[in-house]
Amino acid sequence: MITASLNEYLVISGVLFALGFFGVLLRRNTLVVFMCLELMLVASTLALVAFSRFNGTMDGNVFVFFILTVAAAEVAVGLAIIVALFRLRQTIQLDELNSLKN
Amino acid sequence: MAQILFYLFAAFTIASAAGVVANKNAVNAAMCLLLSLVGVAGLFVQLDAYLLAFLLLLVYAGAVVALFLFIVMLLDTKSRASASFKKLPMFASLVAFGLLLAGLGTFVTRGQLESRPLHAVPALGANLKLYAYQLFTTYLLPVQVIGFLLLIAMLGVIVLSKKYDGPEDA
Repeated sequence: MITASLNEYLVISGVLFALGFFGVLLRRNTLVVFMCLELMLVASTLALVAFSRFNGTMDGNVFVFFILTVAAAEVAVGLAIIVALFRLRQTIQLDELNSLKN
Repeated sequence: MAQILFYLFAAFTIASAAGVVANKNAVNAAMCLLLSLVGVAGLFVQLDAYLLAFLLLLVYAGAVVALFLFIVMLLDTKSRASASFKKLPMFASLVAFGLLLAGLGTFVTRGQLESRPLHAVPALGANLKLYAYQLFTTYLLPVQVIGFLLLIAMLGVIVLSKKYDGPEDA
């Protein structure tokens, strides 16, 4: 049975990470920036699982387990911060959150 | 067959991820994120990490994306949805994206990673017992730290979302 090689999985993971990074830089909506951050996190988990599978170890898989937990906590706290920000400023556009600039 | 499935899931994942970045509507972006996560879960299944694929769908697609959708609808930023991307950030982001892809390209063409054939390597990720064994022996301390982190995150979210009117309201 022919299966994909480690390099192919790492390329997918890298492209996914690059796309997430692109989105973080490009988007002005805080929520979408946050979604792109999640995309970067998932890309790193894909690389971990691929390394773990191709080297016959268990550690990468367990780390992904932890990453999932931390990501869930991070999303909850991040979204609470965004909601608090919206309450205070009535906007979540990054362009308009510039009170430190002036 | 496995090879075809791999390319199918890979293309699906990348295309949906591009959708997250390109979609101007936040709800559509969240839906694209959901599709992308389903694609990654498919790749996890290809890597014999069935538990992680299931957890990814459960935690990310189930809880995280639902939370995102909930907040998007709560904040209702519709009036801004049609704003187009500015030229300079677009250019800078494209340069950063290109640099990352170029780094990836050198890795692909000059990489020294040897890839052993999969049937020669035991699929440890498919074994549920091993997860439990690792979590309760080698990674016992991280598990406890994670538990504490979840507790702190919960408290933090409660404090953040509470309305706070002034010093006398404590």
